[in-house]
Amino acid sequence: MRFGILVNEGPFNHQASDSAYKFTEAVLRKGHEVYRVFFYYDGVNNANKLSEPPSDDRHIVKRWSELAKAHNLDLVVCVAAALRRGMKDELLAEGFRISGLGQLIEAGIQSDRLVMFGD
Amino acid sequence: MPEIEGVENTGGVIKKFLYLNSKAPYGTVYALEVLEMILISAAFEQDVHVAFVDDGVYQIKRGHDTKGIEMKSFLPTYRALEGYDIEKLYVEKESMEERGLRAEDFIVPVTVTNRLAMSHLIASMDVVLGG
Repeated sequence: MRFGILVNEGPFNHQASDSAYKFTEAVLRKGHEVYRVFFYYDGVNNANKLSEPPSDDRHIVKRWSELAKAHNLDLVVCVAAALRRGMKDELLAEGFRISGLGQLIEAGIQSDRLVMFGD
Repeated sequence: MPEIEGVENTGGVIKKFLYLNSKAPYGTVYALEVLEMILISAAFEQDVHVAFVDDGVYQIKRGHDTKGIEMKSFLPTYRALEGYDIEKLYVEKESMEERGLRAEDFIVPVTVTNRLAMSHLIASMDVVLGG
């Protein structure tokens, strides 16, 4: 099955990003396809390469980058939501790209299931 | 409308999209950013439905005055949706009545739908997005 993933909350405040990551990882492990992971609302903050959690905590941003690298995932940050929150190209961690909301709609059309994490 | 990346890549597929608004219009950014999703999906020529439940019903109540909170009222945008062929708007009856509202209180024509019918509507969709 082909999945689209939508992440609507930032890292740490809410578990949504962790759940999205775990779900994406499980989907890939089961041999399914992930068409795209789209970051909206405060979810855009998951792409901030300046994030530096304590070393005994999970590194949410780096974890997404590594998963993207291993599985050639398309991690897309919404441009309108990103600009509002000061998230720009120069802050993007590896594997993320900034593009329009159309990429979310397209993922909804192309995927068998679009799964949303966060409010 | 500006060119939108991905819009040519739908292969003529038309899916049923539902935007489920459940949050009050101000206080959080959800209502505004759902509205941005709705506007973009119009460019993809999808079968767009918009529903209002819980405090989301306040999003289309007449008379938002946002001067005091220095936020832009998005009522004019809702009024303009008709121009994008987005006319399938639903308000959940129970949410409306619990808040003392009537169908005449909304700035756009809506279909008032009871909670059970709303659950059927949600179940009949291909993609449900919201906030």
